Amino acid sequence: MKALAARRHHRFAPVVLLLLALLVTGGVYAVLAPGQARADSASTQDIETGKKLFQANCATCHGLDAQGTDNAPSLIGVGAAAVDFQVSTGRMPMAMDGPQAQTKPRQMTEEQTSQLAAYIASLGAGPAIPTDEQVDGSKGNPANGAEIFRTNCAMCHNATGQGGALSEGKYAPSLERTSARNIYQAMLTGPQSMPVFNDANITPDEKRDVIAYLEAQREGSAGGATLGSLGPVSEGVWAWVVGLGLLIGAAVWIGAKSS
Amino acid sequence: MTTTTTRPSATEPTTPIGRSSDYLDNRTGIGHAVKEFARKVFPDHWSFLLGEIALYSFVVLLITGTFLTMFFVPSMSLSTYHGAPKTMDGLLMSDAFASTLRMSFEVRGGLLMRQIHHWAALVFMASIVTHMMRVFFTGAFRRPREFNWLIGFTLLLTGLLAGFTGYSLPDDVLSGNGLAIANGVVKSIPVIGSYMSYFIFGGDFPGEQIIPRLFTLHILLIPAIILALVALHLMFVVVHKHTQYPGGGRKDGNVVGFPLFPVYTAKAGGFFFVVFAVLSLMGATMAINTVWNYGPYDPSPISAGAQPDWYMLFLEGSLRLMPGQAEFVSWGDFTWSLNVLVPAVLPVLLLIGFALYPFIEAKVTHDDREHHVLDRPRNRPTRTGIGMAFLAFFVILAFAGSNDLIAIHFHLSINEITWFFRVFVFVGPWFAFWITKRICLGLQRKDRELVLHGHETGRIVRFASGEYIEVHRPLDEQERWVRVNYTAHQPLELPAPNGPKGTKDKAYKSAKRWAKLSRFFYEDRIEPVTPAELAASHSHGEHDALPGGEDHALVAPDHSVDATEQSH
Repeated sequence: MKALAARRHHRFAPVVLLLLALLVTGGVYAVLAPGQARADSASTQDIETGKKLFQANCATCHGLDAQGTDNAPSLIGVGAAAVDFQVSTGRMPMAMDGPQAQTKPRQMTEEQTSQLAAYIASLGAGPAIPTDEQVDGSKGNPANGAEIFRTNCAMCHNATGQGGALSEGKYAPSLERTSARNIYQAMLTGPQSMPVFNDANITPDEKRDVIAYLEAQREGSAGGATLGSLGPVSEGVWAWVVGLGLLIGAAVWIGAKSS
Repeated sequence: MTTTTTRPSATEPTTPIGRSSDYLDNRTGIGHAVKEFARKVFPDHWSFLLGEIALYSFVVLLITGTFLTMFFVPSMSLSTYHGAPKTMDGLLMSDAFASTLRMSFEVRGGLLMRQIHHWAALVFMASIVTHMMRVFFTGAFRRPREFNWLIGFTLLLTGLLAGFTGYSLPDDVLSGNGLAIANGVVKSIPVIGSYMSYFIFGGDFPGEQIIPRLFTLHILLIPAIILALVALHLMFVVVHKHTQYPGGGRKDGNVVGFPLFPVYTAKAGGFFFVVFAVLSLMGATMAINTVWNYGPYDPSPISAGAQPDWYMLFLEGSLRLMPGQAEFVSWGDFTWSLNVLVPAVLPVLLLIGFALYPFIEAKVTHDDREHHVLDRPRNRPTRTGIGMAFLAFFVILAFAGSNDLIAIHFHLSINEITWFFRVFVFVGPWFAFWITKRICLGLQRKDRELVLHGHETGRIVRFASGEYIEVHRPLDEQERWVRVNYTAHQPLELPAPNGPKGTKDKAYKSAKRWAKLSRFFYEDRIEPVTPAELAASHSHGEHDALPGGEDHALVAPDHSVDATEQSH
């Protein structure tokens, strides 16, 4: 202690303190920042393989160094979460041009996906793939999730997440079979027409509540067949087809002559 | 032992049922009514039961609705809800919404009753529309039934109101969206709009008044009006007697069918239970208006796929089709919201105009006769065409109101669908009119053909000369009656003008306009086969020389070819 006290007026003391402060800030940031944490855990091997995969499958549109071209955006800084979302749902690599990339059977294995994610994450910090804990719907509050969903998501995805139309052939897809991890990633990265809901906007806990709400929807509805949960239009179709269909059938039967 | 008790006279009832009926009759005179009604004859046809579907679903609505009022709390005061379902637990909501949830999840049979009620409402409106279609296409609105047509039409409108006030009650997001549109429409009325909105909602939208107000309308005023109109509607059916389809022995002066008692009491009574059963089946197996998915009303959110119940969908459609540019500001800072006013008012005006059709048709036909035998739709091509055009207009609007669902389920662009409907809503009805009229004329020609030449038998006969003909079997009396017993009306003749050309003559001008409209109705027509034509077609040789029974330009070119075949 005496040595510290003796040297605290040393002329290099401010410099040392400044370095220390920078180190602590950087260290804390490295621990807390989501993108960095994941990228660091990936081995250089993964990043190398990921780069090769990228150059073989993605570089045509996104550029050799993922810097983006006229056809596709830059992927520097989009983070591992965006890569995992796009590739694990089969949206990327894109099969054909259209109003928006569609889901299809995934083209990359689980391992290849994480290698690609590691490569993109190594190019610049971005949102990391959420942990299983973060996307566990059973730990969320579905009532709160329902309220958040109504205010932020239902105008495109429909009240129960059945999907809805956007302009010019674009659409908000149905969330009926979307995995919890993909739902979380979509909120975090805002793919295609979807806005980004960052952690300040909808906190990680609230994101989990939304997942809880959507998972509660899959348990079916009270009251019988959901008829697609599309609201009054599908109910009207069923009223005409089943209701009036059966009743007119009965009327024909009753009105028929017994002879 | 002599007793002087008098034997009961033959008219005195002896059985317990007889005695009690006598007791009742002496005090109410109900015997006359029973006698009258039991002998009432009702013709047999399935399409005459469409109105009964409406009547019975209304009875189901009254029964289930009474149950629902016992648990519904028409109040907009807020409280925190605790209970099932878990997606609604702990949310702040109005008592109306909370009581709807409790009624659905805690009251025994409550959800079933709610669902039967809502399905019954949808089927009620659907059966009114189909019943109206039957009445229109068969001409059952002609004298003496014009007023009953208007009563039925008013029932359609009150049914719309009943539906709207009903689905707005639960105070969920979807019904609140509907009320928000209603508020927008009211506010779009020039000058008085904003005052009207404050008047209706008791202050700024949504306020705290609207649910209790709608509740009173929905459970008291509107059902009372419907009930009164239904009574009037049925009374007129009794007064006018029922119409019947054309056929042998059926005339304007008689009704051919079965008596109300016992045949139709059993049929119609049984049909009530069929209707109740179908509605219960729907209520028990298919979820409807799952308000817990929409959540308690809050003016900010709106979900994709937010539409009204099907019978209001045409208004949603016209609103979606209307270009937004129709809103403009004039006279300084006065905003004209024609983009909302026009699509809300125009279809309703058109619908009301449709109610006047019987009077227009009577005028252009110059038809003041009583009609109790119905028309076959093909024998009135223009009327059938107009009916199809109206239907097409409203069906297209309903599809336009579902444009987002069409877009997502058929992978189309919503912008392109909307533009398509903007054009199609004008072209489609015209096309429907034209094609229906052509089909009707074609069917009439086919009827003529059948009457003149009989059924094809498929038997080919070879003559000694080497010529082949197919043997035709003549129609029997009943078949022929249906096909020849109608009037092909002529256009009105234009009266001579009263003065020389150029003089003002309002009456003449009006007559000219009506004559023009009449030409539109009856210019194209196929005359029924006359006995002379029929005789000629059955004899040999003369047939070719016969002047066509059809009007100019409508003689089928292949007609004469066929005729020569027959005449050999």
